[in-house]
Amino acid sequence: MHRLADLYEALDATTSTNAKVEALVGYFRDTPPEDAAWGLFFLTGRRLKRLIPSKALRQWVRELTDTPEWLFDETYAVVGDLAEVIALLLDQTERPAATEELPLSRWMEERVLPLAGLSLPEQRERVTGWWHVLPRRELFLFNKMLTGELRVGVSDTLVVRALAQHAGLPPAAVSHRLMGTWAPSRAFFEQLIAPDVSDGDRSRPYPFYLASPLEQPPAQLGERDAWLVEWKWDGIRGQLIRRQGGVYLWSRGEELITERFPEIAEAAASLPDGTVLDGEVLAYAGGQPLPFSLLQRRIGRQKLTARVLAEAPAAFMAYDLLEQEGQDLRGLPLRERRARLEALLRDRPMFPVSPVITAPTWESLAEARHESRSRNVEGFMIKRLESPYQHGRKRGDWWKWKIDPFTVDAILLYAHPGHGRRASLYTDYTFAVWKGEELLPIAKAYSGLTDEEIARLDRWIRAHTREKFGPVRSVEPLQVFELHFEGIAASPRHKSGIALRFPRIARWRSDKTPRDADSLERLEELLHAPA
Amino acid sequence: MNVSPVLDRQPLVTVTSDGLYCPPGDFHIDPWRPVARALITHAHGDHARWGSQRYLGTSPSVGLLRKRLGAEANISTLGYGERLKLGDVTVSFHPAGHVLGSAQIRIEHRGEVWVVSGDYKRDPDPTCLPFEPVRCDTFITEATFALPIYRWDDTRLVAQEVLRWWDGNREAGRASVLFCYALGKAQRLLAELARLTDREVLVHGATHALVECYREAGVRMLPTRPVSEMEKGTSYAGALVLAPPSAAGSTWMRRFGEHETGFASGWMRVRGNRRRRGYDRGFVLSDHADWPGLLRTAKETGASRILVTHGSSDTLARYLRENLGLDAAPLSTPFEGETED
Repeated sequence: MHRLADLYEALDATTSTNAKVEALVGYFRDTPPEDAAWGLFFLTGRRLKRLIPSKALRQWVRELTDTPEWLFDETYAVVGDLAEVIALLLDQTERPAATEELPLSRWMEERVLPLAGLSLPEQRERVTGWWHVLPRRELFLFNKMLTGELRVGVSDTLVVRALAQHAGLPPAAVSHRLMGTWAPSRAFFEQLIAPDVSDGDRSRPYPFYLASPLEQPPAQLGERDAWLVEWKWDGIRGQLIRRQGGVYLWSRGEELITERFPEIAEAAASLPDGTVLDGEVLAYAGGQPLPFSLLQRRIGRQKLTARVLAEAPAAFMAYDLLEQEGQDLRGLPLRERRARLEALLRDRPMFPVSPVITAPTWESLAEARHESRSRNVEGFMIKRLESPYQHGRKRGDWWKWKIDPFTVDAILLYAHPGHGRRASLYTDYTFAVWKGEELLPIAKAYSGLTDEEIARLDRWIRAHTREKFGPVRSVEPLQVFELHFEGIAASPRHKSGIALRFPRIARWRSDKTPRDADSLERLEELLHAPA
Repeated sequence: MNVSPVLDRQPLVTVTSDGLYCPPGDFHIDPWRPVARALITHAHGDHARWGSQRYLGTSPSVGLLRKRLGAEANISTLGYGERLKLGDVTVSFHPAGHVLGSAQIRIEHRGEVWVVSGDYKRDPDPTCLPFEPVRCDTFITEATFALPIYRWDDTRLVAQEVLRWWDGNREAGRASVLFCYALGKAQRLLAELARLTDREVLVHGATHALVECYREAGVRMLPTRPVSEMEKGTSYAGALVLAPPSAAGSTWMRRFGEHETGFASGWMRVRGNRRRRGYDRGFVLSDHADWPGLLRTAKETGASRILVTHGSSDTLARYLRENLGLDAAPLSTPFEGETED
């Protein structure tokens, strides 16, 4: 584990991108492949299934360090990271500088993973034993592995860039090989950096191409004829793979969601072998998309009952063809891919093709955009007809032209400290609106303020706290914020009876008094407005 | 919850709108508003404020107090341990180990003894005398780092770490800009590094003036040169520069070309604090007591009552009460301790 600790230290000790890539390349070069595979597993944000409940970890460290629960909670709120707080609390006596080196893969396979089969007392004995002997920085890494997440301040893009540089491969090839699920093993890592690009894994998706938000008027994109325009569907971006007799549906988050959508999987079985579609999983019935909140029911359920399937039927709205007859089509222009897509999916109602919007000018298009909300879509996608299918968020060929969000003026009611980088600041907020003389919480939001505003609000919160509930503070209901959100749905789980979709802070309205904030009635009107 | 000390007898120190006040001695300690007589624990800006009629501080702090309070300020001094009668009480200053000339203030009144700690630390520091535990009935302690995660490493190890960082940057042809308080931390670093190297260090103007004060007081440190004396166009590759945290992100930084930044502070113990500020490196070094230091000191004073000021005062008071069985309560003051910026 020394090598990973060295790498972590090097990544942590610089804010320079080049220095980070250099450190990563050095790690991949000097580390045996079976260990590098595990390093990569954590660097790309993958996590182990939880082996030990975090409650147990907390209890053990409190017992070992004689820390009362309230003090642990206060400390945790300041640090914001369980692995770190444990490492800092245990760092009380002279710790050993270095232990016998056990390579990372053996740490994982001989020590960490086998914890899964043990009883809590056995787990306690082993874990606290390692806590006693691990040097400080490895103690922290070890805790990170146990608690599931090892964020090191490097993006996947940087890791891919470093791997590509180490392997002498194009980044796109490495990125493709890293998609999907893989087991961190010597074989995997060797295949990952192998020069031979004939990739065997039939389930593996292509890296998604992501659109950039359109910030300028669309007329600046030039000739209308050079662009294909579609609705921006409000569902789950997905890639549907039909290869060698199997069907795989991937979400953009690289999660395999095939089993969540049995009707799509079943229909996909009749697609010709060697087909990969890019598109959107939608709640869909009678040739029309349904609101996103219906789809959410499908995602949220543990078990898909017949009733859920009937209430929230799903379809795959296709908009691109990435592979046909086993051939990678991504280099072809969109015009050609689109023509093939339409021919392929003709007469397949489970796979509607995202219709092309024919409004002939940018002006008439702007007009048509007003229909977005009533169509349950989020605006337009604008794609260059001559563009290949790229990967990542490369600006220039794919644009999303979203409709303006809903807004509400709400009052700050509770504040909670953030995590990681924002651990000692109050950065997570709960907002409320009026119901008569009462304030009802309607949304939690944390993004949208500048660092300077966060610092100012943090000071205000500390000076205007009414009550403390553990790490949460209730504050005097005085500050008004304009929130933006994408949608609203009835929600019996919330006291307010509503749930907002993607709420975020647009502006701190210091010009408004609490009386100027909105009422629940106004939000309920949005709820009942004709869809 | 702010509890003022309620005793059978009049408290020797209370909090007024002007600051900590001793009624039977008729003086304030580190007042935050101008008063008639101010006793000053040390020369940091939140403790030594301008505008009072008469000041009393320790002899070794007089140079720093002059800088802070102005040439006209009426400052008298007392050596450590020297006693002085003020009104009905006897006062004396005792080393606090915080910065040059820093003191705890002992107040004795008809057999009862109170001690106001000011800011203090228990770790060795070549720039000032070590903290001296003083037996007392009531101890007013600071609580800047009163959480069990705050524990300081041996300062010599931290100095070695700084030197390794500087050497690494030198090899790479980069400057190393280390942010640290201009008073106390900078001089402590220069003194600790003097055990390891003899290279010259560049300093920000604000730091420079205070380094000179320390030199006049006989503290041995690395040779320094103010950045302002460097010619335009000088290369800073390989240099170590000490600057106050307020210089971070300012136009003053532009001259250094390729550089890495570091911050020396107790807050750097928590990773998120460093990342939030975007420093490349954090060095855990504080002039305040860490958690074990605070607990140990509370015990060593033998005080039957502990009052806790600035920082995590609620936390420390509760722990002392519930876990060490001491009579402890928070005392609200606007002292800042080690600020995060």
